[in-house]
Amino acid sequence: MSVTPALVSVRLRVNGREYADEVPPRLLLSDFLRHRLGLTGTHVGCEHGICGACTVQLDATPIRSCLMLAVQANGADVTTVEGLAPGPDRLHPVQEAFRLEHALQCGFCTPGFLMTVTAFLREHTHPSDEEIRRELAGHLCRCTGYQNIVRAVRRAGLMLTGETARTTPGAGCDARSAS
Amino acid sequence: MTTRTIGARIPRNEDPRLLRGLGCFVDDVNPAGVLHAASYRSPHAHARLLGIDVSRARAMPGVHLVVTAAELGELNEAGPLLVPHPALAQPRTQRPIAVGEVRYVGETVAFVVADDRYVAEDAVDLIVADYEPLPVVIDPERALVAGAPLVHADVPSNRAARFSQRVGDPDQAFRQAVHVLRERLVIERSCGSPIEGRGVVAEHDPRTGVLRVWTSTQAPLPLKNGLARMFGLPEFQVEVIAPDVGGGFGTKIMLFYPEEILVPWAAMHLRRPVKWTEDRREHLIAANQERGQIHDVEVAIDGDGRILALRDHFIHDTGAYTPYGIIVPIITAAQLPGPYRLRNYAVEFEVFYTNKVAVSPYRGAGRPHGAFVMERMIGLIAHTLGLEPAEVRRRNFIQADEFPWDVGLTFQDGGPTRYDSGNYPAGLEMALESAGFAMFRARQAEARDQGRYLGFGIGCYVEGTGIGPYEGAHVRVEPSGSVLVATGLTTQGQGHYTTFAQIVAEALGCDAGQVTVITGDTRRFNWGAGTYASRALVTSGNAVHIAAQKLRTTVLRIAAELLEASPADLELVDGRVRVKGVAGKDLTLGALATVANPIRYAYGKEAADAALRFVKPRAGAVLADGETPGLEAFGYYAPPHATFASGCHVAIVEVDPGTGEVTLLRYVVQHDCGTMVNPTVVEGQIQGGVAQGIGGALYEKIVYDEAGQPLTSTYMDFLMPTAMEIPEIEIVHLETPSPLNPLGVKGVGEAGAIPGPAVLAEAIEDALRPLGVRIREMPLSPNRIRELIEQAERSTI
Repeated sequence: MSVTPALVSVRLRVNGREYADEVPPRLLLSDFLRHRLGLTGTHVGCEHGICGACTVQLDATPIRSCLMLAVQANGADVTTVEGLAPGPDRLHPVQEAFRLEHALQCGFCTPGFLMTVTAFLREHTHPSDEEIRRELAGHLCRCTGYQNIVRAVRRAGLMLTGETARTTPGAGCDARSAS
Repeated sequence: MTTRTIGARIPRNEDPRLLRGLGCFVDDVNPAGVLHAASYRSPHAHARLLGIDVSRARAMPGVHLVVTAAELGELNEAGPLLVPHPALAQPRTQRPIAVGEVRYVGETVAFVVADDRYVAEDAVDLIVADYEPLPVVIDPERALVAGAPLVHADVPSNRAARFSQRVGDPDQAFRQAVHVLRERLVIERSCGSPIEGRGVVAEHDPRTGVLRVWTSTQAPLPLKNGLARMFGLPEFQVEVIAPDVGGGFGTKIMLFYPEEILVPWAAMHLRRPVKWTEDRREHLIAANQERGQIHDVEVAIDGDGRILALRDHFIHDTGAYTPYGIIVPIITAAQLPGPYRLRNYAVEFEVFYTNKVAVSPYRGAGRPHGAFVMERMIGLIAHTLGLEPAEVRRRNFIQADEFPWDVGLTFQDGGPTRYDSGNYPAGLEMALESAGFAMFRARQAEARDQGRYLGFGIGCYVEGTGIGPYEGAHVRVEPSGSVLVATGLTTQGQGHYTTFAQIVAEALGCDAGQVTVITGDTRRFNWGAGTYASRALVTSGNAVHIAAQKLRTTVLRIAAELLEASPADLELVDGRVRVKGVAGKDLTLGALATVANPIRYAYGKEAADAALRFVKPRAGAVLADGETPGLEAFGYYAPPHATFASGCHVAIVEVDPGTGEVTLLRYVVQHDCGTMVNPTVVEGQIQGGVAQGIGGALYEKIVYDEAGQPLTSTYMDFLMPTAMEIPEIEIVHLETPSPLNPLGVKGVGEAGAIPGPAVLAEAIEDALRPLGVRIREMPLSPNRIRELIEQAERSTI
């Protein structure tokens, strides 16, 4: 039986806002975000680092929040899916591309994918499909079969470099509706 | 503008919310003061439970409740048998908490509620149970041998059921055969494994007496009515909500899982909300699984490869219980004939208990097994006669002018297995052409000269979808012009918030984005069954259509009166009713909704204007006899019997005989689900299904060791494919609308997953033909392919 350990102070910034709390040292970062901060957009699918649903960005790098303790994030700058969209009426280009390409079905794994893809596209402005698939391989999706996610990443890359305006029909839902 | 909303590829209404992280899944529901639960599960596959000591767990600070069978009392009864069948002679269902004996690793033995999940799991570690291990039955083939251990002491030979069906006179046909071909085919155990596991939250409000349960289920209404009976509450005091559900795939159609009773009970007992969230280990050992059949099949053919008769005997491993009766093997038996003329067919199956978690439907629900068997026999016929497998299919297809086609068997819903429409020959040719089959054999020969092993595989199937009993819908237009639709079944990613909205938008001439759809909330709609068996669009979709068309009639009637025009001269466009060709003579749906409510408080200028301009004083009561207020309608749809979708998948693979690795070079799907409401959504369903089919063929296998210990309890052991394993899936559509329902639709939810094992078996065998490898089992790991190559090499020496 574990002896109840002393609480540990943790201070961190999440989606641009400062938080301070006293937490048990064993509290997972995923549980801290979900249950202490109420940021339930970060989902937990396996709690052993395979499915990637719990991915958040820690100092701009995607990490599995189920494999990290909240106390380890002390002093860090965390971004979760709730921090992606620029405003209540606008989506981030990656979110918009996922919508246009039907890259989500149940939406449970989606926040994790978004956090990986937004970081990936900062580093890779024109990724090949092979590079995209390799990057996505750290995530499991049981609904989509991945190909619309690959398309969404490709499209988001073009939107972010300004080569495709977000309202311009591409290869997804909107363009195919003409056929 | 006049738009056809049905058939349009519009982006989904549900996506912005989900993309922002604003979905609400069960674990996101946190009533004030919620406590957290964890289960203590059996570590043994089979053992006598001699005693349990929960005293240390109870004494632990932060623990509120430890439930054992003793505390649960009368509520701890065996679960309902959801689909009884006369052939199921020995049904056995599970209690919420095991009593006296445990029958699989993971069976619930005690249940802890604590301040948080961490403390609850600590307390679980303090529970000590005394077991006397018993011998186990793992291999279903050894379940019936004399002296085999018994999973249930009172079920002789472990046999739950034996059932046979027969069409024509197979024995006579076998006597006339030119060739009789026999095969033994095995499909292993797998599971649905949605990325969101299961979860239950419950709260009981003593002021209203309401028990409210959020659960990640595919069937909230049956759950609600069952809980009401178990807890002795009126049905109207039980509310069940399936909020956003993170994938189901059949796993979540099971009811009642133990936690669906234990969590509400604990919430009532403690007078505090309680939550239980399944972790992945629990999912992989204790959530229901499927597949798992062994077929001994023989086929009688003439000299041209036409099938004269087929006889199949198969063993179905049901695990420790039969909560879903024998529905899975019944579907296998009924769907095995697929798209072929099979006039003489005898099938018999036996269902055996084993010391594994129970079996209930998983996406495909018996069909992948049947398609695997039928298509393997097509391949064997082709090989025997030196024909192309495609040609054998052509010679045996039911033809396009032969519908309706009666297979002659009773289907899963008790109705006929009667194919309503389709065109299987055209489907095959579409798939072959898309995959470039005309060029393939030359390419294959060229590759073989270079030491590369390419193979071409085909898999055809027919899928009974859209079974009854019925679903219903309510459609209402609000004064704002917003349209609300509620239906009783659930959504776990299929896009119903969009496709059902499209059906309403088509009827009312509004934008699908104006239509909000609510599913899975018994507070909003009280009638229906659930989302399973590829039935949501057929049943609820048509109910929504019927309600929306009724509402359209009401809209036209009221508008005709107000606009002083004949209903025939009106049209519904852009959310307005207008007199054709007359400018200014129009009303918004919102204004009509205001007028239709005789209370006539008009909120907003437009509605007020409309009310003032058009409403005439009426003598007497504001509602005539039989008239109802507001713009709303109910609709119900009960299909006469299942509607049968179909498809043909084609794969081109390369197999590395040195490593056993299979690379998918092309995967083409021809698919027919009748009328498509949103082709983008249809394609998404197919792509996801194919990924599961490929997973089931090459990667996913639930493994138990000889003692019944599950060896695949993490995602490092149960291998689901990633973006690296699933290729681009190319889809071509054929639409033969169903004559059975107003929309002409058929189901599509399971389709993609059905032929995966069949297609890849044929493709891998074709690739390894020079090595003499036969594929008789699924799934196939690289390791297993190497073993098969080595076996073939040894047998040819």
